[in-house]
Amino acid sequence: MSSLDRLAEFELDVLKEVGNIGSGNAATALSTLLNKPVDMAVPKVSLVPFEEVAERVGGAEELVMAVFLRVEGEAPGNLFYIMHPVSAKRLLSRLAAMEVEEDLEYSEMELSALGEIGNILAGSYLSSLADFTKLNLSPSVPAIALDMAGAILSYGLMQYGEMGDAALLIETKFMDNGEQLDGQFFLIPDPESFNTIFQALGVRQP
Amino acid sequence: MIQQNVVKVGMADLNVAYRGESIRTTGLGSCVGLTLYDSDRKIGGMAHVMLPDSSISREDSFNRAKYADTALPLLIEELEKAGARVNRLSAKMAGGAQMFAALVKSDSLRIGPRNVEKCVQMLASYGIPIVGEDTGGSYGRTIELDSETGILYIRSVQQGTKEL
Repeated sequence: MSSLDRLAEFELDVLKEVGNIGSGNAATALSTLLNKPVDMAVPKVSLVPFEEVAERVGGAEELVMAVFLRVEGEAPGNLFYIMHPVSAKRLLSRLAAMEVEEDLEYSEMELSALGEIGNILAGSYLSSLADFTKLNLSPSVPAIALDMAGAILSYGLMQYGEMGDAALLIETKFMDNGEQLDGQFFLIPDPESFNTIFQALGVRQP
Repeated sequence: MIQQNVVKVGMADLNVAYRGESIRTTGLGSCVGLTLYDSDRKIGGMAHVMLPDSSISREDSFNRAKYADTALPLLIEELEKAGARVNRLSAKMAGGAQMFAALVKSDSLRIGPRNVEKCVQMLASYGIPIVGEDTGGSYGRTIELDSETGILYIRSVQQGTKEL
């Protein structure tokens, strides 16, 4: 894992700030869409063993709604916005004024609307990150899936597979008092991207 | 599908089950769940393979269960220790999905199909027949092998449970 398991405390703090700025902006976007405040937990940055990654959202078999974007540009990586399926339904009824049934069936229209909401949130996460680091970062077209957490999140870990059995996650949780529109952002920069990020923020020499 | 003793296999991990135990791995996406079974001794083994080929490894010492080309020999070793014989083994496998198929542009992201291809190739090199396969698609799977019967149960969100 070369240097990733030996990141200095201040480097972890820098990554927390990266998560904070990205998700802070996304929380503002969500709050504007919902016209109500959205709370955000302090980001967690940690090197997580593959085995435990899915535990962060309730286990490998937990059914989740995920919006995935591949981050392209100078610091490539994977970005997930993960929601509980019930939260996803509530989000739809609030935002798209859609009549939704609280079951697990999603129509094409509902999936498309969720993809677009995820796209707005992830887009605001990334654009603030790009502003902050002055790096060129662009999102791929969003992909959406309702499936087992393990199957979904493992997709974002492949770049780490060839160098170890753990991945560095920058994780932020959204909370919404009472109404349970909870969601979780996972930014998983490619291993090679950390040096670029640290250099861009002036905490490492080129 | 509910057994008293279930041996768990994590991601990039492998294990062996016998004496009526089941062996199980959860949330397979592009990873492949490769199972081997000796019906004579009722011994089963399972590997949760993450990547096709260990030649890409950049680690000094790597986890052999992670790569298809090193997981199969290791799984066979473990099964032999438990009393299985390689010439009696048959294989079943599941997984190797393309979770976000729409996004895949480059070959390096086609991990699922490449994992499956490598497993097929490795099994052929050991002369182990593949008697059941449920691979591909764009959905996750949880699998469980019953060491008593050799039946592989495959569960997915959209398609329920099927047996191989």
